[in-house]
This record gives sequence, C-alpha cells and structure tokens, in this order.
Amino acid sequence: MNYITSWCRIRQNAVTANGQTVFEDRASGLPDFLTNTYRYLQIDYPKFYKMDRLCQLGFLAAEVMLRGRTLKEEYPPESVAVVLANRHSSLDTDVRYQESMSGIPSPALFVYTLPNIVIGEICIRHQIKGENTFFVQEQFDIPFLNDYTGQLLEQGAALAVIGGWVDVFQDQYEAFLYLAGQKQTPGSVIHNRQNVSALYGIVDAGS
Amino acid sequence: MESLMQDLKAKIIGQLNLQHLSPEQIGDDEPLFVDGLGLDSIDALELIVMLQQHYGIKIANPEEGPKIFRSVRSIAEYVMAHQKVG
Repeated sequence: MNYITSWCRIRQNAVTANGQTVFEDRASGLPDFLTNTYRYLQIDYPKFYKMDRLCQLGFLAAEVMLRGRTLKEEYPPESVAVVLANRHSSLDTDVRYQESMSGIPSPALFVYTLPNIVIGEICIRHQIKGENTFFVQEQFDIPFLNDYTGQLLEQGAALAVIGGWVDVFQDQYEAFLYLAGQKQTPGSVIHNRQNVSALYGIVDAGS
Repeated sequence: MESLMQDLKAKIIGQLNLQHLSPEQIGDDEPLFVDGLGLDSIDALELIVMLQQHYGIKIANPEEGPKIFRSVRSIAEYVMAHQKVG
C-alpha cells in the first residue's frame, strides 16, 4: 500500500496545498503571479529568476508541496522518482525562442526548450536522483499517471514518487503535484485513481 | 568608465535575469563567475550576446572570455578598447 502525503495545486492565481489556500493574487498576470508567489514564500533561490514559466510553475508547486519537510531525510535520493505530464510541452518557451531568432537567439531561453527541464529543476532543488519521465498528453490522464507511478512503487523501482501535471502556454497554466510513497503520515490518503482524481478535482479526498 | 560600468551592471541584471540584485550590489571588481555572482556557462553565452547586441562587439577569440568577463571593470575596459567610435 502506498500513500499520498502531500499535494499542491496552482491555478486561477491561487496556490493550494493539502486542501488549504496558501497564496492568492487575483490581479496579476502569470509572470507577476509566479514572482509574487516566490516572494510571498520567502524562498531564497536566485536561479528561480532564470527559469522559464513552466519551470517556475513546477518549481513553486514542488516547493509548496514539500514545505516543512526534507525529502532526502525521508527517502534515499536515488529512490525518489518524478513523473510529470502536460499538454503544451515547452511550447510557451519554444515560441519565445523562435521569436528571439529574428535577432540573436538567446542561449538562456534555448536551455528551456524541452519540457523535462522542469523535472531537472525540481530534482536539483530537492536533491532527487531517481527515475524521471515527462509525458506530453492531450489532457491530464489520471488513470495513466496513477498506474505508472503505482507501478514504480509496487515494483520497487522507487520508494516515493512525485507525480502530476505542470502545463503552461501563454496565459493558460495549471500545476498539480502529489507525493506518493510507502510512508503514511497524518492526513495522508491511499494512492489510487480515485484519490488522485479527488485531490486534483475537488481537493477533498477520502482514504 | 564609471558611467559605462553602471550601464553594464544594469544590462547584466536584465540580460541574465538577476532581478534579486540591484546594480549597487554588484562590485566593480567582483568576480562574475564561481565565487562572486556565481554565473554559469549559459550566462557566459548571454554576456557574449549582450556585448554584440548592445555594444556591437564580437569576441573573435573565445579564449579571451575568462579575462574579459572576470568583472564588470574588465568588461568595461574591453568595451572601451573595442567599441567603434561614432
């Protein structure tokens, strides 16, 4: 049996963690909302400013989800997997990079023209060294993600998994991350399709 | 020279997305890489782009990079020595 012990959702200018609203900024566009969230959380990680919006969104979701806990003290770094998906891949940055090609292309933009870079940023920040995969899907396929992450846990390929959806394109964005693993904590729910769906949809799951 | 260094600091902050810094927080002789501002290899490429975009200077010999980009002052000296007049 595996358990979801933390989750975070960012959409419609609000950050929610474990069912509680952490931060809201209804007035800002996405770039300012991301920066304001970073400042509100009082994170000291200057590299945040260099990231593209997809990475900033995923970084913040992971940051909020793992707030108050140190993952490497709970699980060996090599045993934590990250499996994410989205609809728009890195298109938001691809478009901006293409635009920069009319002048001198930006190397700093170019390094973000892959969707899995967001996984790299999360892994660097939280010192995660396990398996990672990024899927591009038409829509958030919870049964697929649940089965994939569940299989990693059940087969022993990972002791914990960060799974979820991190998508950005222009003004559209959404992040939903959850941490599932062998360890049960107060408030955790069983890792299954129903609970992932519930946490993603209404943030009010039963175990 | 002083004015050029101030201009460079503002451009470095903008080009490298160093919004957590103000120009006053970057020392004229502070190392830009490793110990100082902690810039990385991608930042080095962005600095090359910055010189080309804003000052019309192409670095012909890449081996000169570490010397040119040692500090804001060394960049300013390179710009003053290589910028076309007029």
